[in-house]
Amino acid sequence: MKNKRKVNENISGSEILLLSLLEEETDTVFGYPGGAIMPVFDALYDYKKELRHILVRHEQAAVHAAQGYARVSGKVGVALVTSGPGATNTITGIADAMIDSTPVVVISGQVVSSLLGTDAFQEIDIVGISQPVTKWSYQVRKAEDIAWAVAQAFYIARTGRPGPVVLDFTKDAQLATAGYYYEKCKSIRSYIPCPSINKDSIRQAAEAINSAEKPFALVGQGVELGNAEKELLDFIEKAQIPSAWTLLGASVIPSEHQLNKGMLGMHGNLAPNLKTNECDVLIAIGMRFDDRVTGNLNEYAKQAKIIHFDIDPAETGKNVDVDIPVLGNVKETLPEVTKLLKKVSRNDWIESFDIAAQEEYDKVIENEIYGKEKYITMGEVVRCVSEATGDEAVIVTDVGQNQMMGARYSKRKNPRSFISSGGLGTMGFGLPAAIGAKIGAPDRTVCLFCGDGGIQMSIQELGTIMQSNVKVKIIILNNKYLGMVRQWQEMFHNKRYSATPMLNPDFVKLAESYRIKGRKVSQREDLNAAIGEMLEHNGAYLLEVEVEKKGMVFPMIPAGTAVTNVILEK
Amino acid sequence: MNQKLYTVTVYSENHVGLLSQIANIFTRRFINIESLTVSASAINGVHKFTIICISDIKLLEKVVKQIEKKIDVLKAYCCTEDEVILREIALFKISTGTLLANNTIEGLVNKFNAKILEVNDHYTVIEKTGNQAEIQELYKTLEPTGILQFVRSGSVSITRSKYEQLSDFVASGVEL
Repeated sequence: MKNKRKVNENISGSEILLLSLLEEETDTVFGYPGGAIMPVFDALYDYKKELRHILVRHEQAAVHAAQGYARVSGKVGVALVTSGPGATNTITGIADAMIDSTPVVVISGQVVSSLLGTDAFQEIDIVGISQPVTKWSYQVRKAEDIAWAVAQAFYIARTGRPGPVVLDFTKDAQLATAGYYYEKCKSIRSYIPCPSINKDSIRQAAEAINSAEKPFALVGQGVELGNAEKELLDFIEKAQIPSAWTLLGASVIPSEHQLNKGMLGMHGNLAPNLKTNECDVLIAIGMRFDDRVTGNLNEYAKQAKIIHFDIDPAETGKNVDVDIPVLGNVKETLPEVTKLLKKVSRNDWIESFDIAAQEEYDKVIENEIYGKEKYITMGEVVRCVSEATGDEAVIVTDVGQNQMMGARYSKRKNPRSFISSGGLGTMGFGLPAAIGAKIGAPDRTVCLFCGDGGIQMSIQELGTIMQSNVKVKIIILNNKYLGMVRQWQEMFHNKRYSATPMLNPDFVKLAESYRIKGRKVSQREDLNAAIGEMLEHNGAYLLEVEVEKKGMVFPMIPAGTAVTNVILEK
Repeated sequence: MNQKLYTVTVYSENHVGLLSQIANIFTRRFINIESLTVSASAINGVHKFTIICISDIKLLEKVVKQIEKKIDVLKAYCCTEDEVILREIALFKISTGTLLANNTIEGLVNKFNAKILEVNDHYTVIEKTGNQAEIQELYKTLEPTGILQFVRSGSVSITRSKYEQLSDFVASGVEL
């Protein structure tokens, strides 16, 4: 059904837009109608079969859903909104996609071009507003430019380091007619998506690893974005390099892989954080040395030679001085280096991670995931859900303690199984992202972990779940606090709990009013049965778990301190 | 932080809105732009930004990489003061009466390698091209006689190297 229309037949700009989306293999659009985008929604009425429209309840959620869809499927997510407030509401989602390199195209309506610049009803300069948080932002004022602009937008969003693109269509461009001819964009002269491979840096990287005694790899989302999970495993297995991951790289290496040494950063695992300052060669792969990973840069891996694989030249040397930058797509650069690596065994070095891992297990993990106190702990819920899904689910988190617990205590067997707002840390991301993830991977179980705070930042999306029958499993870890902020208040602000206690609605009743099945659990003995019921239910499900009110996420590296400054307990 | 004067040159497509995108990158890093000129470059269809700023080279190198990430930017470079020849143009308006009454001014114009652009009964316009210091010196010299109006342009620059900016881009096979 791609070509309902003959080439060069004069059709409306709106229809050109939809045909162009189909050319880019779009099957789902997350959106919300309004005055300036009505011609597109009108045209959509004729394309219901080819383009599924998911009606969200707020435009920010349209973008987060498009992000969830993109992250789980590897395709470009699409959001469709009106002008003015419809467009400004997308900004948080766009900024989130920018900092987390998620390919999305946000299509906004705009007032008719004769009214541009006049403060017309629902007019906003969305191109200007979105420029700092997009890879590309462009306004189309003529129907004949639409196909070209869509081709550019998808090419820019998906190639190189992916990111968000905004396309703003004036209403007259949507209504006018033009000849339709679609040509996919293959290059843009001023845009080099992927730097060419430098053979010297490949050789230098291999030499450094071959002569290393204690190499250590830091794995980020870049590997997943490059679909290079296999190439990464070949690389670390051949040279026996113990590896740790960033929050967004959580599902790159299977959790049970013997070289997977856990999570990096502020709430990461003890061993990889300590080993960062002990290794002799630090190999960063598709990650960007975020401050939540590095802590104080003046005390970060000063002893190590640093190799940085990245597709984005602006990332090498941005935060950490790099000895050997290896620019390019890791899908291509990693195998080049792997070819030159010597097969070695490094059992002593690999096993040396076990000491700290055991210490962390004894002091933190065991109590957290087996909940030995009276109240259910957050980590316990995450472990039980993960086990009940055979570690096969797509785990989505909101932001805060639920996010850290979700990352630390769920396990992953498959790539593209962990979706979270990393860079921007957007509370309210979880629920719409889970909706998008379920639509992007309909055959997989999608479990969302969120707090009682974050869920209420996008709780209106329960309506989307109801209307579009999105079978997500929502687990609210309810501690009646904005937990992560409360934790910082306890540790760094003399237990002055300013604006963190939450008076909450009855979440199960709320779900019920949206015709979503739900259950609340307060006792440990009910937990597994409730999780079983949730997973067996053929539909969306909301499980509210009353957890320890003052639960803490440990280990913790206080912001701005050295990566070795790990606090394990109160 | 080792603060010095640098010249950032950016070659770009001639598209709407790029100026604010580039300016934003400086703003994020809290770098003040001392001077900015934008015009067509020698290459047909390619625009050139010349941006003078005082900054630390390590910081500025990161800024340059971030400028290059903009889709419509072809290439960006950063040069030290020694690596480029910088020129500004300044216009001085003085009263013609003063000029005629003071017989040193014409000598000054010659000495400073400036030229008289326009003379009428009311005023005389003097044009001076040079680096910032030379223009400043002429300003100081003319100031006691009374300057009615003074304007100066942003700087334009040309590199001192034999290697031409953008030539690597041309060599990479991209059609310009």
